[in-house]
Amino acid sequence: MILRAPGTNCDHETAHAFERAGAISRRVHVRAFAEKPAIADDFQILCIPGGFSYGDDIASGRIFALELTTRLADALVKFRNKGGLILGICNGFQVLLQTGLLLADPKTGLPQASLAHNRSGQFIDRWVHVRATAGKCVFLSGIHELELPIAHGEGRFVVRSSFELSQLDAAGQLVLRYAADASGAPTNPNGADADVAGACDETGRVFGLMPHPERFIDATQHPAWNAHMDSSSNGAGLTLFANAVKAVS
Amino acid sequence: MLWEVDVHLVDANADHTARAIVTGAAELGIAACSQARTAVGWLIEGDLTRADVERLAARLLADSVTQSFVIAAVGEQQLMSGPAELPTVVHVLPRAGVTDPSAKSAQEAMALLGLQPTHVRSVRKYWLPPLHAVDTERLAWKLLASEAIHDVVVGPLQLTTLAGAREWIFSQTSVPLNGLDDASLEHLSRTRCLALSASELRAVRDHFQSIGREPFEIELETIAQTWSEHCCHKTLGSPMDHTGPDGESQYDNLLKETVFAATQKVRESLGASDWCVSVFRDNSGVVRFDGDHDICVKVETHNHPSAIEPYGGAATGLGGVIRDVLGTGLGAKPIANLDVFCVGPPDTLLADLPPGVIHPRRLLSGVVAGVRDYGNRMGIPTIAGAVVFDAGYTCNPLVFCGTVGIMPRNSADATVKSGDLVVVAGGRTGRDGIHGATFSSVELSSTSESQSGGSVQIGHAIHEKMLTDFVLEASRQRLFGAITDCGAGGLSSAVGEMGAQLGATVDLDNIPLKYDGLSATEAWISEAQERMVLAVAPADWEQLARVAADEGVEATVIGTFTGTGQLVLRWQGHVTGELNCHFLHEGRPRQRLRSRFTKPAEQTLVWLQPSPEHSTGSIESCLLDVLAAPDVASKEWIIRQYDHEVQGGSVLKPLVGPGAGPADGTIVRGVLGRDRGIVLGAGIRNRLGQIDPYQMAAGAIVEAVANVIAAGADPDRIALLDNFCWGECRREESLGTLVEACRACHDMAIAFAAPFVSGKDSLNNVFSWTDAAGASHELSIPPTLLATALGQIEDVRRAVSPDLKCAGNRLAIVGLSRDALAGSQLELVGRVRGGRVPTVDAASCRSVFAAVAVAQRAGTVVACHDCSDGGLVTAIAEMAIGGGIGCRIELGRVPTDGFDSRQSVDRDLTIAFTETPGRFICEVPAATAARFESLLTGVAWGWIGTVLSTTDAPQRLEIVSTDAQTVASMEVHRLAQAWRGVRFRTEKESP
Repeated sequence: MILRAPGTNCDHETAHAFERAGAISRRVHVRAFAEKPAIADDFQILCIPGGFSYGDDIASGRIFALELTTRLADALVKFRNKGGLILGICNGFQVLLQTGLLLADPKTGLPQASLAHNRSGQFIDRWVHVRATAGKCVFLSGIHELELPIAHGEGRFVVRSSFELSQLDAAGQLVLRYAADASGAPTNPNGADADVAGACDETGRVFGLMPHPERFIDATQHPAWNAHMDSSSNGAGLTLFANAVKAVS
Repeated sequence: MLWEVDVHLVDANADHTARAIVTGAAELGIAACSQARTAVGWLIEGDLTRADVERLAARLLADSVTQSFVIAAVGEQQLMSGPAELPTVVHVLPRAGVTDPSAKSAQEAMALLGLQPTHVRSVRKYWLPPLHAVDTERLAWKLLASEAIHDVVVGPLQLTTLAGAREWIFSQTSVPLNGLDDASLEHLSRTRCLALSASELRAVRDHFQSIGREPFEIELETIAQTWSEHCCHKTLGSPMDHTGPDGESQYDNLLKETVFAATQKVRESLGASDWCVSVFRDNSGVVRFDGDHDICVKVETHNHPSAIEPYGGAATGLGGVIRDVLGTGLGAKPIANLDVFCVGPPDTLLADLPPGVIHPRRLLSGVVAGVRDYGNRMGIPTIAGAVVFDAGYTCNPLVFCGTVGIMPRNSADATVKSGDLVVVAGGRTGRDGIHGATFSSVELSSTSESQSGGSVQIGHAIHEKMLTDFVLEASRQRLFGAITDCGAGGLSSAVGEMGAQLGATVDLDNIPLKYDGLSATEAWISEAQERMVLAVAPADWEQLARVAADEGVEATVIGTFTGTGQLVLRWQGHVTGELNCHFLHEGRPRQRLRSRFTKPAEQTLVWLQPSPEHSTGSIESCLLDVLAAPDVASKEWIIRQYDHEVQGGSVLKPLVGPGAGPADGTIVRGVLGRDRGIVLGAGIRNRLGQIDPYQMAAGAIVEAVANVIAAGADPDRIALLDNFCWGECRREESLGTLVEACRACHDMAIAFAAPFVSGKDSLNNVFSWTDAAGASHELSIPPTLLATALGQIEDVRRAVSPDLKCAGNRLAIVGLSRDALAGSQLELVGRVRGGRVPTVDAASCRSVFAAVAVAQRAGTVVACHDCSDGGLVTAIAEMAIGGGIGCRIELGRVPTDGFDSRQSVDRDLTIAFTETPGRFICEVPAATAARFESLLTGVAWGWIGTVLSTTDAPQRLEIVSTDAQTVASMEVHRLAQAWRGVRFRTEKESP
């Protein structure tokens, strides 16, 4: 299920990426989901794609998250508990953190982390190198390092306290980090704490990331494919979707 | 109760807005503003308790990790408290009646928590050091707020309610025209901002005389919108007697006989293989794409609104052109945007600006932010663009926004049937953008800002995104017969156009309003954004309404298309206006115009900065200057603010190669998973506008076409768009430049078999002001044609990027170089003055385009770049930057023509920097060199060098003179630094 809200705008290409990875995907409006939460039973993977849900008015993902927590909290928890996979990309990652489905304080239920405005104060679209330490994270299985594009204004991963940051680190939940590129230059594009680009929950089945894997499922999406890639090869991002499909097949 | 919630950042170091204010204040010379704090506030009115508001703040308005909040009743002291060293508090809030998108979203979201405030407004708050009142004011208006849309309050807010105006009470105003002479008619046109001439008003007067009454205000307004330059090509469509360099010519309709006629001829010559689908009649031009799809394209300008409010003007400019695509045929899906800006030089002194003019740098960052926020939120990749800097645009900048769309085959034709319902869908109507169409048809002046604030619209991209999702779904289910967008002229234009044949009856009181107090006329002509009008068969209404509700879009029936040929406007049953459609659309009197163009005498070429600088080393220093020149320099700071990869279809991005060099044409896939691609390119040669408008236009078209050819587009499938932006058009001489440009469009379209499919003109780009001494001034923009090329490539995997690929490959130049330095970048950086105008040899260009395309298709070319601004060596340098790899070229091997016997240094510089249109550099692997040679028949070309790579030393670009001396040897790294050197401070984030 590709769950969309007003302002979601990466739903088509994310659906396309899942299909290319062997899934059958359907775009579902949050309004339709809220009217009939049972439709979640038809799906094994739920993805909240990128975009500017509700215009990112107030803050990125805030209103979408509020809509989910006020109307669909039970359905989502049930979906996760029965073994479903949940993926949040960019705006979807922002939404997952704000709903508490990902990195919530076990005692208070409050989010432990948030995605704030980039250090530069600006929206940025560029390619970054990321390093994965998959651990339990189903989506990153077998992935070590890859290039992916980012495109966000609010992607700076911030954890409430350094103590909580080290706890999450020790628990192996900070599974994706910005790394140095080929020239050795650091690529943290937004000032994220501990270079975090993506994180998963304790089960490894709920995963959110700022980079856009659906924008690198085909070689021709890379900015330098003409220079050094076989134009008919897959992009590295496709593996994330393939891993998810494999895990539920 | 009126509450205020202020949301503060916990980590003050993360306050990038505050940092930008300090930098901006320093630029304004307000050194005392050495630090700042900011907060976002929410004014919430309604029957809410403190506990309610706390819940709103904690769950909706503030982030629990990064933000904290303060709650109090508006005006209370604790809302003012900040650090002791920052006692000045400035509030910036949208003026009453101005769209406040985030407040609207917040209010809607509050309902999720079961709370229903009556009004919500957003406010931005700033804590600043102690400042002189004058400085606070200046800082507020220059950095924090825009006069067109904001109120600024220094000190505590003193508000008791956010409630606005009361409901409008119906009244009928007629405007007597009988007995008015020309002077009085012109006066009436000016005071009512109608932009109608005396002869046009005479026709209106006579028409109403013939039906025995005076016009009502709403009728006069409808006519003014429909007859505005913005809505019909008033000047370009006029009969014209022209005297040009080639003698006398007469036109009955200039546009029809030049641009349209060329398209007609191209289509006729294509016969059965004509690939145009719908040209010059819908909101955008439609052409064939693949077996299942057509694509469409439109480019619009939004110059005057952007001059006054850059952010809102540019955002709504883009929003408007997206709706043009959405409103084409039975609706097309927008898949790519392009934007081109023409602004004053970045180093313009503040003191040199006439009153009311925004500094070019602030203006540019404002329009970039507007396009960024609207395009990114819509999820449409902004893939192509350009920025041109010229003093002629300082007071009257140009903002071009374009959109490409895709639609299923057989949906380009729309029909309105008698009995169809008039449905308005999308945003509600407010007082925003009243008189936009007529405002854009008059000249700007130093007081436009205060007079015309009402004509600046504020966009809400998410509402347009929802509207788009709704329209595309309704289109898929075929629930409407025709659709158009509410742009200039609002509903009056949209309903008027759709009902031009049939007529319609509209109940104005059914138009959903944002707030009470709008008169019937205001609701009818308001240019409030994010609205579309649909013609819906009564049987489909129920299902259409369901689709709208599913997408959260408001759709309302406001009338019926009748078949009576009359446009009838009603308010609560009263007829408030009735216009005959034939008169409305055909009744405008046409005026015969005279135009004249005399080519200025050629200026002798003068080399500036003679020896010792003017010697062996001068190619190096010229190249560094040109790479850093504003037009040429990297636009990365803009490109990276735009999401150019959303929708997942991007194939050639605006920055390509390992070194992220500039691309020519950019490519997106039409349909994900399929390999056919859309190639987009643009050309503009404003510097020739005054010297030779024909060559200005021809050169722009060649540049646009060359861009898409370089990327691999099929030369037999290129569609063109024209955007004419002219200054004052009253004098015969200025009209003459327009005629010359139209003639060039005609000739180039035929020469390249590239039909124009859509276009737009924006005339009267003039700024007038009175200086301190009381003298009047008037400044027109240079005659400017933006040419856009929409190309197609059969297999995107064969696309060619300009970055150099591999050491050992050979470099060729295709196309003849002529001595033409007038208007060149070399002139711009102060190395030469005058010289010959670069002229287009259309036949040779076409052969070159064909030859390059054949060589590419044969797989012999691995990199290709067209030579435009800065000529051959600039193009080579850009290729080297993109590839991060060096090369060696020999100027003596460049095929040239018409070079006189100058001394060698001049000859070398001319070959290096001349801007002859229609030339390409190709990188060819040694293995395919023989095949490449065999394919380039009938065109001038030559091998000029080799790609070099060093493993242990920095990559270098080497240039060998015609005397076989190595006259330049520069590190590619240094070239890249020069090219990336020009940076601008970016202004405030989205409000």
